[in-house]
Amino acid sequence: MLKIKNLHVSIEGKKILKGFSLDVNAGEIHAIMGPNGTGKSTLAAVLAGKEGYEITDGTVEFEGLNILELEPEERARLGVFLAFQYPVEIPGVSNANFLKAAVNEIRKSKGLDNILPNDFLKMIREKMELVEMSKDFISRSVNQGFSGGEKKRNEIFQLAMLDPKLSILDETDSGLDIDALRIVANGVNKLRTSNNAFIVITHYQRLLEYIVPDIVHVMYDGKIVKSGDKNLALELEEKGYDWVKELDNVPAN
Amino acid sequence: MSNQDQILEELTSTDYKYGFITDIEVENAPKGLTEDTVRFISAKKQEPEWMLEWRLKAFKEWQKMTEPTWANVHYSKIDFQDIIYYSAPKQKPTLNSLDEVDPELLKTFEKLGISLDEQKRLSGVAIDIVFDSVSVKTTFQETLKEKGIIFCSMSEAIREHGELVKQYIGSVVPQKDNFYATLNSAVFSDGSFCYIPKGVRCPMELSTYFRINSAGSGQFERTLLIADDDSYVSYLEGCTAPQRDEHQLHAAVVELIALNNAEIKYSTVQNWYPGDKDGKGGIYNFVTKRGICKGTNSKISWTQVETGSAITWKYPSCILAGDNSIGEFYSVAVTNNMQQADTGTKMFHIGKNTKSRIVSKGISAGKSQNSYRGLVKVHKKAENARNFSQCDSLLMGDKCGAHTFPYLEVGNKSAKVEHEATTSKIGEDMLFYFQQRGIDEETAVAMIVNGFCKEVMDNLPMEFAVEARKLLAISLEGSVG
Repeated sequence: MLKIKNLHVSIEGKKILKGFSLDVNAGEIHAIMGPNGTGKSTLAAVLAGKEGYEITDGTVEFEGLNILELEPEERARLGVFLAFQYPVEIPGVSNANFLKAAVNEIRKSKGLDNILPNDFLKMIREKMELVEMSKDFISRSVNQGFSGGEKKRNEIFQLAMLDPKLSILDETDSGLDIDALRIVANGVNKLRTSNNAFIVITHYQRLLEYIVPDIVHVMYDGKIVKSGDKNLALELEEKGYDWVKELDNVPAN
Repeated sequence: MSNQDQILEELTSTDYKYGFITDIEVENAPKGLTEDTVRFISAKKQEPEWMLEWRLKAFKEWQKMTEPTWANVHYSKIDFQDIIYYSAPKQKPTLNSLDEVDPELLKTFEKLGISLDEQKRLSGVAIDIVFDSVSVKTTFQETLKEKGIIFCSMSEAIREHGELVKQYIGSVVPQKDNFYATLNSAVFSDGSFCYIPKGVRCPMELSTYFRINSAGSGQFERTLLIADDDSYVSYLEGCTAPQRDEHQLHAAVVELIALNNAEIKYSTVQNWYPGDKDGKGGIYNFVTKRGICKGTNSKISWTQVETGSAITWKYPSCILAGDNSIGEFYSVAVTNNMQQADTGTKMFHIGKNTKSRIVSKGISAGKSQNSYRGLVKVHKKAENARNFSQCDSLLMGDKCGAHTFPYLEVGNKSAKVEHEATTSKIGEDMLFYFQQRGIDEETAVAMIVNGFCKEVMDNLPMEFAVEARKLLAISLEGSVG
């Protein structure tokens, strides 16, 4: 589904990603772990198409298509979803309006008509249960006045509504208490199918107790330094990130 | 070129679609302003002696006055002797049917999306059309007459309903009120007049459409609207002007009078030519609008969507004289490129238990400057006055400015006055969030702006709300990076 080859990215001349490579297949959950400032969020932003990043080398193919040339909305319509680390507040635009616009844009790109109001409401009710959202939330402005936990749950709710092929969760666990964490993780687990894939970016092993990854990658200084199964996350937790720094010179699997 | 610059560039090339000029034979007054100009206009209008005297009195006052400089707007001094104060299309003295309207004029208004043909119009709206200095056509007059409603041009009102005009003109905005209102009092050429009799609920929207066409002319219209006891009327004005390199002056006066239990809803969609991206040309919109809630339980509600003009200077106000009267002001002011707006309201609480509500939404883009200026004044005898003010600003890009100047004078301890203000910015992060969900930038901006303005838009009559939303989208097309 996703093939990243030797990706090099700079921000204002500063090299952030230095030869990052990753293959993700449908049905897989990949975890990317690593210390702060190692390029995890840059990776997420570059995949989603945020401006201000200079790609100096490498390729990113999504279902055989070079997506680096595409606008962010075009990537989104193809099925690339980013759950933001810091979701923005949008005053005056209700969650319902925002989601309806998003759902319809994606449908339009597939040649489908706008969703019928009844179907939309039904879909909202169904997906809201998934992340245990309260009903009044739908008429509130997007993320405005939401607690940190509500914002993250809203990201997963949007994910459920838009049903993307590839979801990138950028530190979705940061700032979540244990209940919210469980709600978010349950949501992801229920949404998981053999046709979609997830990249879970996290600083801590904690989230991976709930969302069990197929492969864990350890990232340091702009590239993957070690990959393994879910036990790698535990090992990392135990040995700490200093251990990663020692791995830096060891080639990735 | 950065993305933002590119988008700003695209924006500024967006055309003002009402900028065309109608080629029509006109009759102009000689350029400049003297007592003779005032006499000329009055004679053209076949006005009674008292009206001429009233104008001349205003003219004398005006000669002693100087232009106000306190507004947060900057422009080079206006040469008042370089303006044509009267410009009218040549036509037959009275129009009995549409066939007698100059075909060029009909074409002009078709092009502006306004049909003068009653059959073709949406049934719920009667319209008075003011072209440069004169009213050219008022529709549905007969239908309204059956209810006793008078809806006609100001000139006609002065001739046909002199007593009503004499009683109320200048009663809300006195001749000496301010520089531009006084100028208007001397030289106003036309405008709309409306009287709703006791107990009548006006069955359709009343509307005036103002069009400036002639080069070098100014438009000085005067609107007078009286809602007698227990009546209701909803009134809307719209305006456009051709694209020209020189600035043109528009100095209007609007006076509203609401008697016992009467309600007036006055909406404006202002789309005068704003000038080009470098600030060349555009209308100077210096307008005095004021309403008095004279009767008990009366209500006046101003709603304005201001997207045009190079400079806007206007403060639709309410004098809440009657006990339990209510004043409202809902405003969306959009400035882009080099536009400047200094707009807001004044609420004078005089009667007992009076209430006012102010909702102002300012949107600034490009290099524009957008100021809210508002006064809430509670008279010492105004027991239990209530005011709520909400002033929100939305900024696009980092070259524009938003300013808020709220003034508060409370003379009675029982008053409750609340003021809330917010400033937000449409930034790249916000747009990226939309894009990441599959929504492109243009749609995102439209959604944010409509969300921001919703409370005001909801107050516009339905069919105009749709137009106003479109206008907002056009005014701000691609203005964010």
